[in-house]
Amino acid sequence: MSEFFQNSGLFFALLGAAVATLMAGIGSAIGVGKAGVAASGVLAEDPSLFGKVLIFQLLPATQGIYGLLVGILILSNVGLIGGVKEVTALQGLLYFAASLPIAFCGLYSAIYQSKCAVAGIGTVAKKPDQFGKAILMPAMVETYAILALLISMLAIIGIAGM
Amino acid sequence: MQQDYTYAVARIRFKETQLLSDSDIDALLSSKDTEAVMRLLRDKGWGDNSDLSAEQLLSAEEEKLWAFVDECVSERSDLEFLRVPNDFHNLKVAVKCITRDIKPDGLFIYNAVCDPETVYECVKNRSYKDLPEFLMDVAQEAMTALLQTSDGQLCDIIIDKACMDRVYTLGKQSDNEIIRLYCELFVVCADIKTAVRCAKTGKKPEFIRRAIAECDTLDKDKLSAAAYEGYDAVLSYISLTEYRSAVDAINTSMSAFEKWCDDYLTAVMKPQKWEPFTIGPIVAYIIARQNEIKAVRMILSAKLNGLSEETIKERLRDMYV
Repeated sequence: MSEFFQNSGLFFALLGAAVATLMAGIGSAIGVGKAGVAASGVLAEDPSLFGKVLIFQLLPATQGIYGLLVGILILSNVGLIGGVKEVTALQGLLYFAASLPIAFCGLYSAIYQSKCAVAGIGTVAKKPDQFGKAILMPAMVETYAILALLISMLAIIGIAGM
Repeated sequence: MQQDYTYAVARIRFKETQLLSDSDIDALLSSKDTEAVMRLLRDKGWGDNSDLSAEQLLSAEEEKLWAFVDECVSERSDLEFLRVPNDFHNLKVAVKCITRDIKPDGLFIYNAVCDPETVYECVKNRSYKDLPEFLMDVAQEAMTALLQTSDGQLCDIIIDKACMDRVYTLGKQSDNEIIRLYCELFVVCADIKTAVRCAKTGKKPEFIRRAIAECDTLDKDKLSAAAYEGYDAVLSYISLTEYRSAVDAINTSMSAFEKWCDDYLTAVMKPQKWEPFTIGPIVAYIIARQNEIKAVRMILSAKLNGLSEETIKERLRDMYV
């Protein structure tokens, strides 16, 4: 058992990469889907608003990209992309811990951002000239996904230097 | 878990921009005659580009509204509380036409839960069991009452009371706050109207108790007792409830009270403008659209009868937008 644990560094690192990509991706898929439903509703009435509602729909997509970025960074650091490296169990667990901020914050921020985006789509449907103000509200939610991305990335870079 | 109405609400948001605003109503009011009103309405997208009469135009708009709602809301039962009063209207028509042996041509309202022709056939053949459960007993009771007593008013209160009870039940069953509120206000307004009419005509306590329906914000026993006691007692009871602002309207006239009811409902519905996911905005839009059609009907008939702008304004409801 202890031998397995000593050799499980790569497993935990891979788990971290998977969790970051998976959870942030699920959040984005739910978010983009929800905003897409609202966007389709508006387009059924006024197709000229396509450009505006598309931007709202794409806002919750970024969390998935952040998760992917963290996943690639972990895979690259442990040598799964471009050459094998030795990963200790402790490093593996640290990579896993580093993936958690973007995994959870990505999931929830994408879902809540989509709710805000849906409301924004409603605003644009009624008052297309208020697009600039309406887009700011869901964009605020993005801040917290970026903060989580920052912590995940700084942690991964720090672990690589250990 | 509440159903998600994101798609429908997004469509409603756009549709809300096409509702008549106060300035549109002012423009209609200042129109010279019905023809000018019709022209303005056609410019706003009313009708179907063909040369419809005023009544056809209003019917077409009502049909358009429900066709749009059916397109957006896949589950018809979600809006049963708005349709079910039409079933009771159709039952009333069926019972009265059958007992008087006349054809119900043009009297049915087709936007109902149950097909009006089916209701008519079931009542005619006394096959009450083929009716939906909520109409089964009331149809039999109303038919028996009318045949035995020939009292049209008794028949009306049996059906109206069953209608109120059904709407109240649907409100209680709903997990949406706005539906519960609408159903409660629907029953409250009907109860107050009934109590005032009973008080004015000096009805017996048994009749009053039979006519007034159960609701949460009015005490049925106290309202019934007040209605028996007299008009002033009804007003003083209402002034002790959360509907005290209705007292002035009741004192003015029944149509002023009806306007108060519609305005109160519109005010309650207004926060739904900012709700993006629930059925609330859809309910609010339907009520707003029906109020709009009601306002246009009033303007058209006033123009036809040469009533002054001020007289119409007094009766017009507050607009949702």
